[in-house]
Amino acid sequence: MSTIPPYGDEGQLYQRDRAWHPPADTPGYKSTALRAPRQALLALGQTKSELTGPTFGHGIIQPLDNDLIRNFSQDGSEAIGQRMIVYGQVLDENARPVRGTLVEFWQANAGGRYRHKREGYVAALDPNFGGCGRAITDDNGYYHFRTIKPGAYPWPNGGNDWRPAHIHFSVFGHAFAQRLITQMYFEGDPMIWQDPIALAIPDRAAVEQLIARLDRYNTTPMDALAYRFDIVLRGRRSTLFENRMEGN
Amino acid sequence: MLNRLPPLKESPSQTAGPYVHIGMTPSLEGIGGPNQPDLGSGPIVAGDGPRITIAATIHDGSGAPLGDAVVELWQADSDGVHRQGWGRAACDGAGAFAFDTVKPGRVIGPDGRPMAPHVSLWIVARGINMGLQTRLYFDDEPAANADDPVLGRIMDPRRRQTLIAIRSEVDGRPRYDLAIRLQGEGETVFFDF
Repeated sequence: MSTIPPYGDEGQLYQRDRAWHPPADTPGYKSTALRAPRQALLALGQTKSELTGPTFGHGIIQPLDNDLIRNFSQDGSEAIGQRMIVYGQVLDENARPVRGTLVEFWQANAGGRYRHKREGYVAALDPNFGGCGRAITDDNGYYHFRTIKPGAYPWPNGGNDWRPAHIHFSVFGHAFAQRLITQMYFEGDPMIWQDPIALAIPDRAAVEQLIARLDRYNTTPMDALAYRFDIVLRGRRSTLFENRMEGN
Repeated sequence: MLNRLPPLKESPSQTAGPYVHIGMTPSLEGIGGPNQPDLGSGPIVAGDGPRITIAATIHDGSGAPLGDAVVELWQADSDGVHRQGWGRAACDGAGAFAFDTVKPGRVIGPDGRPMAPHVSLWIVARGINMGLQTRLYFDDEPAANADDPVLGRIMDPRRRQTLIAIRSEVDGRPRYDLAIRLQGEGETVFFDF
């Protein structure tokens, strides 16, 4: 053990701003009614059990993992839909890049249909679209992948609720307490502001943090649009006698 | 330096949704492709201790099983050091999931003393706006559990029991069972770490 006390404030993650996140019970999103804990969460500082987390090497990444247009191709054809590049930087709250972290993503096809056994929407499956991929961030915290724009789709919540086009993201960071799942929306989509899941987030500025921006500079001419979506994970506190720990 | 207000806000959480398996356990949906087996499936590598099974169920506030949840586990090795003791499992139709792992050793707690052996769990699903953080402890560690600083912060001792898995033996192998309840009677203690 180091001579420095193992825990105090140093290296701790900033407390989560729970008012920035959706609360557990959001009546507009009915599935939360029976799944939201009623008791208050027990707030505690982190130990090694929360400040460490799994790491994944580039060895787990297959060549087409970041190409949803081709990674489920059955007959050599590409997925149908509006082609686009999605990219962005994973940062922590201190605006430092989160390097070498696994980002997973999944989405519906261009018609708004998921390749899932519980899916009930009438829109057609695309035989050449699976809908999932993954990437590991580079030394500056960037990830990128190629896909097609997912369609909006109806879902059983209100009598006629539709989800705006979105892509699901799972991000690990370097600590188990940084683990985050979120969704990316598309700039200019009016359906975001009618969506019970996006609107479970109380602060409009927080919803806007999940809206990817059209980026004309990173398009591939005559091929694919580009959207930029940055993701922020919890950051670590510094110490008075800072030792520049990894990730701090 | 003193901490300034951090310049960025954490990205707000959103539910993993009902189709979480596409992204996190894709083989269950027939889209594992070249990435089979799924990440985090299979036995957890966590040191040389005897193998155990951790088995749990998740139920909602009406007592219905969560057939659609995905759970991740993170734990120390048998020597109490966190290395790669991570796994991921999808619940079955009965809301049950299991991990093949080793019993973790003791990890230093917030007061510098060792905590009782435990694993960290993180639960995501449709209807869960933000992944739920909890822990699983072992009922054959009564002395360590009685001294554990995290369990000790749970004021109602009856609620401590919601985190303590019950040991049995199946085919000569230890198995620890825990019933996780998201809401209502017997509600599991969830943390804001």
